[in-house]
Amino acid sequence: MQLELRGITKRFGGFTANDAIDVVVEPGQIHALLGENGAGKSTLMNVLYGLYRAEEGAILLDGVEQHFSGPGDAMRAGIGMVHQHFMLVPVFTVAENVMLGHEPTKGAGVLDLETARARVREISARFGFDLDPDARIEDLPVGVQQRVEIVKALSRDAKVLVFDEPTAVLTPQETDELIGIMRQLKEQGTSIVFISHKLREVRAVADVITVIRRGKVVGSAEPTASSQELASLMVGRAVELTVQKQTAKPGDVALSIRGLSARNEQGTVTLDGVDLDIHRGEILAIAGVQGNGQTELANAIIGLLGGLEGSISLEGRELIGRSVKQVLDAGVGFVPEDRSHDGIVKEFTIAENLILDRSDREPFASGLSLKLGTVREFAEQKSREYDVRSQGIETKVGRLSGGNQQKVVLARELSRPLKLFIASQPTRGLDVGSIQFVHEQIVATRDAGVPVLIVSTELDEVVALADRIAVMYQGRIVDVVAPDTSRERLGSLMAGVVA
Amino acid sequence: MIRAYRTPIVLGVIALIVIVLFGVIGSEGDSTFRISTSGDFFTVPDFVLPSRGTALVLGIVLLAIAAASALLVRRGGRVRAWVLAVFGVLAVFATLSWAIAGGTLPMTQLLQGSLALAVPLVFGALGGVLSERVGVVNIAIEGQLLAGAFSSAVVASLTGNLYAGLLAAAVAGALVSLVLAVFAITYIVDQVIVGVVLNVLVVGLTSFLHSAVLDSASNSPGRLPQIEIPLLAQIPLLGPLLFEQTLIIYLMFIAVAIVTFALFRTRWGLRLRAVGEHPQAADTVGINVARTRFMGVTLGGALAGLGGAFFTLGSVGAFSQEMTAGQGYIALAALIFGRWNPILATLAALLFGFARNLASVLGIVGSPVPSQFLLMLPYVVTLIAVAGLAGKVRGPAAAGTPYIKG
Repeated sequence: MQLELRGITKRFGGFTANDAIDVVVEPGQIHALLGENGAGKSTLMNVLYGLYRAEEGAILLDGVEQHFSGPGDAMRAGIGMVHQHFMLVPVFTVAENVMLGHEPTKGAGVLDLETARARVREISARFGFDLDPDARIEDLPVGVQQRVEIVKALSRDAKVLVFDEPTAVLTPQETDELIGIMRQLKEQGTSIVFISHKLREVRAVADVITVIRRGKVVGSAEPTASSQELASLMVGRAVELTVQKQTAKPGDVALSIRGLSARNEQGTVTLDGVDLDIHRGEILAIAGVQGNGQTELANAIIGLLGGLEGSISLEGRELIGRSVKQVLDAGVGFVPEDRSHDGIVKEFTIAENLILDRSDREPFASGLSLKLGTVREFAEQKSREYDVRSQGIETKVGRLSGGNQQKVVLARELSRPLKLFIASQPTRGLDVGSIQFVHEQIVATRDAGVPVLIVSTELDEVVALADRIAVMYQGRIVDVVAPDTSRERLGSLMAGVVA
Repeated sequence: MIRAYRTPIVLGVIALIVIVLFGVIGSEGDSTFRISTSGDFFTVPDFVLPSRGTALVLGIVLLAIAAASALLVRRGGRVRAWVLAVFGVLAVFATLSWAIAGGTLPMTQLLQGSLALAVPLVFGALGGVLSERVGVVNIAIEGQLLAGAFSSAVVASLTGNLYAGLLAAAVAGALVSLVLAVFAITYIVDQVIVGVVLNVLVVGLTSFLHSAVLDSASNSPGRLPQIEIPLLAQIPLLGPLLFEQTLIIYLMFIAVAIVTFALFRTRWGLRLRAVGEHPQAADTVGINVARTRFMGVTLGGALAGLGGAFFTLGSVGAFSQEMTAGQGYIALAALIFGRWNPILATLAALLFGFARNLASVLGIVGSPVPSQFLLMLPYVVTLIAVAGLAGKVRGPAAAGTPYIKG
């Protein structure tokens, strides 16, 4: 089926998310929509899927104009979507999720589970998925959940399948498998729209690439185009894809972790005898698929995790058993992975957020009162230094873009004298410009002699920043390797395979 | 470490209480349990047990169960629900034999009264299940019960038809929950606040109308007749309990069965639960979230309203101010204790009904134990049960969260 989006314009208040976008997806074609976070790709797809209604423009399937008032209409017309955040009910089984919305019944509305199971088995056999129709979604790994999403779309005979940032949650191996699945779908005549900001994957799988920037189509490219060309097109100016940094000059061991173990509330082991050393003046990056203990490791160091075994010593001082405040005062800077939840207080101003960690002491407070003059001066200075773009330091942080929020967090955490700097997912959801800035700050911190621990699920980022890479799998450090290790090897390590 | 052993520890403490309090320092004398009533087919003889001895034996059995579950936990297993149920029944039995030492306990009256007290709780909890399963927190069960009680009394009095009263109760409950639905779903007001406000509103409204408008003509509906099912009603213990009741109680049994089947076996139920767990997922497969929520909440209100009719048509035969006396909140507790499952919630409601009735029956029998203590004991046990045994209780993921598109 041919899909044509003609002059789609979608506005949110005064903000134009999609500005007269034209895209044509030919039958049996993999069409990549490439663009930065916030460029308007997802908005466009939500318009296509009937979740948003466009102000202008038309959606045509095989030349016939469609009017979707909801996802139900889009699905009936043959459009399926694999959402970035899976649209699966965690407590339902695979079969229940697949049939939801078009359930087979034995009459009188009584569910026909047997037919639903058979349908799941039939479709998953076609792609060699081996899905258990009775498995509960919450018990399945994310890679398998994504396959459930695909089966769900196919069970409605989708002719056009939209993949919205499908690789964000996958290991490199799972990503390769997904690319294989997309090719297989294409051979069977399904048209595919592949939304991504990852140049490597787009170049690997796409037949045609359309680049979107700030809500507009800024060009199209062949998959043979170089990463450099695509990146410039995507950002609108020449970009540096690699991080500029000198060779590290590591000093003594600053942070030493020995036999660190932890369990979560359900009693599952989340950290399993972690041993790790970080030297002064080096960046150690933790690679791994989300949920393999990285979050727990960072939280353990900062003092957010109870019930720990083992030891964490920073320059000879034990950190386990200390409160978060004591750990911060011991000279640890921390950029949490969930910025809007743990990094900032959205309802507070930039100035207030900048002094959150030291609001109780000199120079920002004396006795019970804040010294507002000092706070203001400090905030003005840091805003300038870190290029926080806002309407002034009294702006609420919740109103800033992700990149500017992260700058506020960095400014706060880097303005104390540090003995260790930890950054979890430091560039998640940021635009290329901000990513560059954040990376520069991290490297500068290293060059000042501070040991840096980076946790990132973006392999590109890990490789670009790290002086050494520690790979985590199921709560263990599988191996510590050099940054020039091949992706294949890193991928196997991330899947727990020690060669 | 302690957390994993929470269940065995709680069980052990209860077992020790039974052994020491009821066994070692318990009361002398025999405890008599009367099973049969005069109308039965055949008479089951009274069941006589020495009070202290029974408590001691049961206490040791309980301790053994506690030890076995500790062993199970040590091997990494989990204590099953049926083990807890057996434990609970034995513990209650031990408590009973202690409390009625030297007296006779009429089992039929005890259970009959328990069932009667549980009826509004069961309906309320079922209504709550529907509402919360679809994603709307229903604090307003109390208001729905009270509205049901009021309108059933008035409509039945004015029409002279008790069944019209029942219908009116369901409609009134549905109307109260419709207000909840409009504010919670359409206007995205905090669901707990709307619920509490509705409860207060219904109390005020019915109290005002009761004192300002109602007179003996509009508040004397009479009571629903007992419908005796031939033969079955003559079975000892079970007969009077299950087959010699008013229409409302039969409706209750049917409602439990229908709600359970509909929720877990039909397309309607699957969609309702999907909306309560992950509304966006439901939306993206073409299910109308707002409409489903309106339907679930309103239907839940109708059920709760029906339960309210039991206060008037099913028991005292007239409306009085604030006659629900907080039973809506107890229904809410039953719903949570029952983990949002209609059958478990019903069992929880029956337990609460049993707890309330026990105190009054023992008062009549003349137990040596102070009645206030008895009144309190079941709730204390329930508190321990909920905190110590219920484990990780997880409600519908999206309950309380409004769904905002886009």
